[in-house]
Amino acid sequence: MTSVPRMDGSRSDGSRSDGPLVDVRDLVVEFPADGGFVRAVDGLDFTLEAGQALGIVGESGSGKSTAALALLGMHQGTGARLTGSIRVAGVDAVTAEGAELRRLRGESAAIVFQDPLSALDPYYPVGGQIAEVFRAHRDVSRRAARARAVEVLDRVGIPDAARRARSRPHEFSGGMRQRVLIAMALACEPRLLIADEPTTALDVTVQAQILDLLHDLRAETGAGLILVTHDLGVVAGSVDQVLVMKDGRAVERGPVSGVLGAPREPYTRALLSAVPRVDAPASASASASASDDRGDGEVLLETVDLRREFGSRSATVTAVDGVSLAVREGETLGIVGESGSGKTTLGRMLVRLLEPSGGQVRYRGQDIGALGEKALRPLRRELQMVFQDPVSSLNPRRTVGESIADPLRAAGGWDDRRIRTRVGELLERVGIDADWYHRYPHELSGGQRQRVGIARALAPAPRLVVCDEPVSALDVTTQAQVVALLAELQRDLGLSLVFVAHDLAVVRQVSDRVAVMRAGRIVEQGSTEAVYDSPQHPYTKGLLAAVPVLDPLESATRRDARRALAAAGRRPHMQ
Amino acid sequence: MAARELLAAEAVTTFPATGTRQVWRRLRTQRAAVAAGTVIVLLLLIAAAAPLLSAIEGQDPTTYHNDLIDSASGGVPVGPFGGVGAEHWLGVEPGTGRDVFARLVHGARVSILVAVGSTVVQVLLGVTVGLAAGLGNRLLDQLISSTTDVMLALPSLVFSIALMAVVPSGFPRPLLLTLVIGLLGWGGTARVVRAQTLTLKELDYVAAARLGGSSPWRIARRELLPSLAAPVITYAALLLPSNVVAEAGLSFLGVGVRPPTSSWGQMLSSATTWFRADPTYILLPAVLLFATVLAFTVLGDRVRIALDPRAASRLRVGVHRSGTGPGSAPPLRSGTPNSKEEA
Amino acid sequence: MREYLIRRILGMGGVLLALSLIVYAVFYLAPGDPAQLACGLKCSPAQVHQVRAQLGIDDPVHLQYAHFLQGIVTGRDFSTGTGVLHCPAPCLGVSYRTGEQVTGMIVDRLPVTASLALGAMALWLTLGVGTGVLSALRRGRWSERLLTVLTLAGNSVPVFVIALLLLMLFCAQLQWLPFPSYVGLGEDPQQWFWGLLLPWVSLALVESAKYARLTRSSMLETLAEDHIRTFRAYGVGERQLVTRHALRGALTPVIALSAMDLGTMFGSAVLTESLFGLPGLGRLLVYSVNVIDLPVVVGLVMVTGFCVVLANAVADVLYAVADRRVVLS
Repeated sequence: MTSVPRMDGSRSDGSRSDGPLVDVRDLVVEFPADGGFVRAVDGLDFTLEAGQALGIVGESGSGKSTAALALLGMHQGTGARLTGSIRVAGVDAVTAEGAELRRLRGESAAIVFQDPLSALDPYYPVGGQIAEVFRAHRDVSRRAARARAVEVLDRVGIPDAARRARSRPHEFSGGMRQRVLIAMALACEPRLLIADEPTTALDVTVQAQILDLLHDLRAETGAGLILVTHDLGVVAGSVDQVLVMKDGRAVERGPVSGVLGAPREPYTRALLSAVPRVDAPASASASASASDDRGDGEVLLETVDLRREFGSRSATVTAVDGVSLAVREGETLGIVGESGSGKTTLGRMLVRLLEPSGGQVRYRGQDIGALGEKALRPLRRELQMVFQDPVSSLNPRRTVGESIADPLRAAGGWDDRRIRTRVGELLERVGIDADWYHRYPHELSGGQRQRVGIARALAPAPRLVVCDEPVSALDVTTQAQVVALLAELQRDLGLSLVFVAHDLAVVRQVSDRVAVMRAGRIVEQGSTEAVYDSPQHPYTKGLLAAVPVLDPLESATRRDARRALAAAGRRPHMQ
Repeated sequence: MAARELLAAEAVTTFPATGTRQVWRRLRTQRAAVAAGTVIVLLLLIAAAAPLLSAIEGQDPTTYHNDLIDSASGGVPVGPFGGVGAEHWLGVEPGTGRDVFARLVHGARVSILVAVGSTVVQVLLGVTVGLAAGLGNRLLDQLISSTTDVMLALPSLVFSIALMAVVPSGFPRPLLLTLVIGLLGWGGTARVVRAQTLTLKELDYVAAARLGGSSPWRIARRELLPSLAAPVITYAALLLPSNVVAEAGLSFLGVGVRPPTSSWGQMLSSATTWFRADPTYILLPAVLLFATVLAFTVLGDRVRIALDPRAASRLRVGVHRSGTGPGSAPPLRSGTPNSKEEA
Repeated sequence: MREYLIRRILGMGGVLLALSLIVYAVFYLAPGDPAQLACGLKCSPAQVHQVRAQLGIDDPVHLQYAHFLQGIVTGRDFSTGTGVLHCPAPCLGVSYRTGEQVTGMIVDRLPVTASLALGAMALWLTLGVGTGVLSALRRGRWSERLLTVLTLAGNSVPVFVIALLLLMLFCAQLQWLPFPSYVGLGEDPQQWFWGLLLPWVSLALVESAKYARLTRSSMLETLAEDHIRTFRAYGVGERQLVTRHALRGALTPVIALSAMDLGTMFGSAVLTESLFGLPGLGRLLVYSVNVIDLPVVVGLVMVTGFCVVLANAVADVLYAVADRRVVLS
């Protein structure tokens, strides 16, 4: 690894020695809304010493990103109202203007945004974009700026940086793009790095690489780090201090080991207990069903060498490549895989939303893989699905009651009163008041919408429900509730569940058996205990090693283990 | 054709759910919308009551008044501003002496009737064809899409001029105009509807309806059509004023309505020979035509904003606000939301 | 890329073939006897019969169509009664009226329409993009409102109305400009320019309104995107954000749209041409329609259709070149 040589150039850091790097006092941020103001940050205090790392953790709407953006004065000119004081590297971020503000942004403090594709200009090569930022702060030639861009790209582990600097953002993978953004942040050697959900859109193995990179960079450059995230596991191994936010306020703050190991506040405790643990044994409900002899139940759904290709003759992509698995009555099969592994395609073929290109889908012995839409319709009610996105899975123009009633109405033979009674029962079954029949989806929270989605799947009294990433769009506390609901329903109704997810911990929590997918194939399958406790396939091992854990010490151990694995095998940072 | 689709998407994006009543309320609070609506209602009234209005004036649109034009100068109307007076409120036509007011109000009939009629034809055809392409299998989609391509490649003005000429003169001209403009102009609507249908079809709630056992027809009716209403209305609002112009243009070129039926385009066309001697004659139909098109354009614009106030306000004040508001805490975005066609 | 181009060209051929079929079906099978039309009312039945033979309209329909296509690809021969007229490829037939070759008639008038369209496009791009950028930058101020009203008004004036008003004002009343006429660019560039100025301005005023709106909305759209926030968060100045990033994103749809409009212009300049009396394709069309000279009409529809199809293809390629994210397929 090459270290970054310091560029000669003027730096205005006369304030280097006086006071902490970041000093936020009684910060209030309010946004104009409907004639009034909505308070996004409500009296926040924190400091960060030079070279230290602080994690700001909170669920959506907690104000964590708003607070992070305020450090760079990003609310100026937006109509937002700020009170309190923010000092970053000696600059008052609330009042700074013009040249001083521009110096703060990028020169003293640099931010790494969440979605690396939309955060870069699609029209220009990434090297040029980094050079542009560099030239905004340093009076250097184009050539020197470009050389600097290549230098930092190389530092963040972009292979063949000189050549790749000429590529546009869309030509990189998600993880590589995130590296590009980090390189941009490094360009001017800022004293503070702010990372706003830097790994949220990434797969778990890539996430681990990015977090390791941030860790190394911090050690090397001595820059301070503020890591904003919703994921407690992400902060565990990456920061010294943690600040837990809720509704714009700081709930708890302290050293990472203290906050995560022995939380004082009830909210922090609730948050921590909701986090699914990949290292913990399965929850009581799942293990109970596993210990029952349901595991040996009759095979309900079975696939034989199932395949699916997309695209035209010339450019075919094989999404699912010869998958054979079986779901028994009353059991939960977990399917884990990273993005692009084909798990969603597989899930959709199981309920025949997609037609397989080859192989068989056998439902109770009958091959339904090639059935036409008409022939399929009588079977439809027995195979249902819960979708990932609670926004797009409900028709925004229909009340939630009508959405749930839809399969009943489509089937015919039920009068209106019976349908309403049944929908009311279903709503209550998933924990929603029956009176909410007439509400529209936009009046519901994400978790409530997902409950409605579950109720709709249950309406036709199915035998098997495929859940495609049912909790990945939800906050961690909501996630835990929905997972518990699914487990409960499965037990009470004797359903078979197929639980498709990228989150290894969640899958462990609910599944009796697990299949690990990669590039359209199942690399390993078996009972949950077997797969998680003694994985056989190297891919499964790598996946499990990359999962963030809540214990900071354990986290450090795992980082070293990953390094050893990487050094022994492939080159570092390659995906 | 990627470019055209992306440009169409520029005009018509996905709309959030909005109730009819809500849209109505938003429209009523907009001054421009109310003004444009009033102009349109007035025009409709004028068109409907054209015979009545000219009867009140005591004139009709077809009678020649040779006594009111100066045959020595080639037919310039006698009197100020083209012969304006108590008898002829807006003067008389140079060359023939026909009453301008009567011809204008009767011209409104043709203009509105043809524009509305052809828009209805375009929308009905476009929605049907677009829906069929979006919902049908690959073969049907390809067939329909290439037909749409051909329709869009037809140089429509050239083609309609040619068509208007070859159809036998016995055919009623306003109906012919409606059909020609309507049948040549459904391609855009079909494109928009197809694209929207393809997008909507991929949404999970449509998949859920399939799993619930709904037939394709039931899905189209219950899940797709309500969501298509907003983009279709927006697009139709763009079509309407351009159809007004198309009719006027064809009549201007002399292939539209036949004399003695009056139309604004035809009046403008005959005014080209008179603009030196009788400038008022050109201004009246020009102003009316302009007002009509402007009213339809403004109303269409406001309807679009009322249907999607979010996008409108984003465009108005959004620049500094992206992603920093309280409601915009990053949801878990999977995949690559910004690259529609990432390599 | 090459595969795409080949497919694209094949597709264009397909569209044009379908176009020719429609045109042929509509115009040649329309009621009325072309021979009678060609010959004029004074012809004797014997003469009409002879003309029918010459025109080849006694042949079965599919054969006529095949001859028509063959003419385009390889050229064909017409018997004129006394001799043989060779019409080289691409042969669009022979005028019923004058016996002239349609291809030649169109080629003669093409420079007029091309001058009109290209000049107008240069003007409307300058005017439209300029106004659009300005109104995007002046967001929320009175000058933006004024520009919005102006573009809305410009969007609503039919081109023949504005042309007529300009003509009346500048040529008849003020007499600042000569009445438009066409003089070849090669003959006298100065006269060419002054003769076309008014038609250009008329077309540009109407078209530029559309471009102003497109430029404005896509600039605002781009300015609201995340990557603008990135560069703002890195201390890049506002002016650079606008000129380097926002304008770049906004130009892509503008370029694509202007390519398409240029193609359409070859057909839709009819109104402007006939109003200003410019001897271009549009004038020829209106004249031919009035005298029912079918081969000329069909030829013009084919040529203008070709322009539209070509322009669409060019627009797609430009879009893809300008916006590397678009994959050509």
